Amino acid sequence: MDAALLLLADSRLPAGGHAHSGGVEEAVRVGAVTGPDDLARFLRGRLATAGLVAAALAAAACELGSSVIDAAAPARRRPADLASESTGGGPERTGGPPEPIALWRRLDAEADARTSSPAQREAARTQGRLLVRTARRIWPSPVLETLAGAVPEGAHHPIALGAAAAAAGCDPGQAALAATYSSVTGPATAAVRLLGLDPVTVHRLLADLAPSLDETARAAHTAARPERGAADPESRWTPHPDGEGTADPDLADPGFAGDAWWAALPAAAAPALDLLAENHLKAGTRLFVS
Amino acid sequence: MTAPPLDTRSSVRAHAAIRTERGPGGRTRLETLRSDPPLTLRQTGPDVVHLVSTAAGPLGGDRLVLDVAVAPGTTLEVRSIASTLVLPGPCAADSVMLVTARVGAGASLRFVPEPTVLAAGCSHRVAVRLSLARDAAVFWREEIVFGRHGERPGRCRSRFDAVVDGTPLLRQELVVGEPAMDGSPAVYGTARCVGSTLVTGYGAFPAMHNHGDGPPRGEHAQAGAPESAPRRAVLGDGCAVLPLAGPGVLVSALADDAVQLRERLQWGEALAAP
Repeated sequence: MDAALLLLADSRLPAGGHAHSGGVEEAVRVGAVTGPDDLARFLRGRLATAGLVAAALAAAACELGSSVIDAAAPARRRPADLASESTGGGPERTGGPPEPIALWRRLDAEADARTSSPAQREAARTQGRLLVRTARRIWPSPVLETLAGAVPEGAHHPIALGAAAAAAGCDPGQAALAATYSSVTGPATAAVRLLGLDPVTVHRLLADLAPSLDETARAAHTAARPERGAADPESRWTPHPDGEGTADPDLADPGFAGDAWWAALPAAAAPALDLLAENHLKAGTRLFVS
Repeated sequence: MTAPPLDTRSSVRAHAAIRTERGPGGRTRLETLRSDPPLTLRQTGPDVVHLVSTAAGPLGGDRLVLDVAVAPGTTLEVRSIASTLVLPGPCAADSVMLVTARVGAGASLRFVPEPTVLAAGCSHRVAVRLSLARDAAVFWREEIVFGRHGERPGRCRSRFDAVVDGTPLLRQELVVGEPAMDGSPAVYGTARCVGSTLVTGYGAFPAMHNHGDGPPRGEHAQAGAPESAPRRAVLGDGCAVLPLAGPGVLVSALADDAVQLRERLQWGEALAAP
């Protein structure tokens, strides 16, 4: 569904994304971004951190959403099945709400754990809420209804994006690409307005970043594949101390053993973005919400 | 810029462990204190353990594992004698440091080692896996210095995962030495050090609450989170005290040098854990 992907990623999608600068407004205010060179470094770092994490979460959400849509196809082993098996072992985890509501909440909690700044969590939920509201009317789907019910205060934007991608018929790799794309295009557009930059120059920066957008989306999608975390623990982001595969019971940790692929999703932090986001909230006159 | 010292030893594997238990009268006793050079542990107080590195490094290819288990109702403080200088090794493989810590109900853990310094050419991976009972108190500081004075740092990926009763509290990875990160105003800016301190447990919030800017906005309190948990960050110079979505606070700082980093973190820690 390539055309659906274009519609989903289009800045003209009426979902409020244009109101957010992704930290650029504050970076401009404090003088950390003054021109195209700073902006290029800003965007590259943002892509490698927040962009990568958003893409992995979006791919995981799309995978989950697609599995719900495909529920009528019993031949396919769904992530939802895997997750309910893996989390069903501990007595404290059974008896909760059945999938997929519990799964959406759990994935949203993974986004929370990767967003230590309250200002960024609020911005992510605001954008997620608006996107789900819009997408429900454009691509009506039980996936979006379930997500809206599971996280009524608004899911994190990457989760909403992945669910909307599933509703639009996109695959998880496309959801990841939409996430990397929006992680830099919004801030770039904001910089044009804030610094009065030549829009062509800034679009050239984005074109230079295009291979990295693809590459980051691919890496994120690979990390978000359920079979990867389950079958290939060596390749997780966290180093595995037992290189030869000798199981060491001392290292078995119930917090990490079961739902491996969500727990192990990329979590690249950007401390400067956190500081910018929090400072932005305290700043006086603001053009952008975040 | 000095070349890393020649070291002809082959890469090492080490697996050290600390476990506490409740002794007579409810006092903490060290049930296990297992050194495995170069991870050498020394008990320096009733519930204080110092990590003493007894070799250079870690060097490329080394795999060092430290397991910490703090039994319910006990306390433990882990410190180190000196900063850790991560060096490239004779083999091209990453050096790896894995720390797992389990902190039981009503238990308390302070993990406050000296900074990790990334020497030029190193390729280091750190993983911290922290598993907490809901009412465990944890104070966990991590400081990374981007190379010795005037030196470009090697590469490092430092992943931190904290889970409270099976629910993720904090997952973050600091990546140093990648072209996309270095010098990006979005990641570390012009800083030469990055650090963070995770604070969980009751008593972690009162000082911050006074700085709160009104009622919670947007987020709903998680079940079991302290009623007084503030939802707004407190900002200092190069430092932010960030209330997490779950029951904890992260102090996050950037700085030009290790001394400034420690000062900034301590400023935030004083607000987060009075």
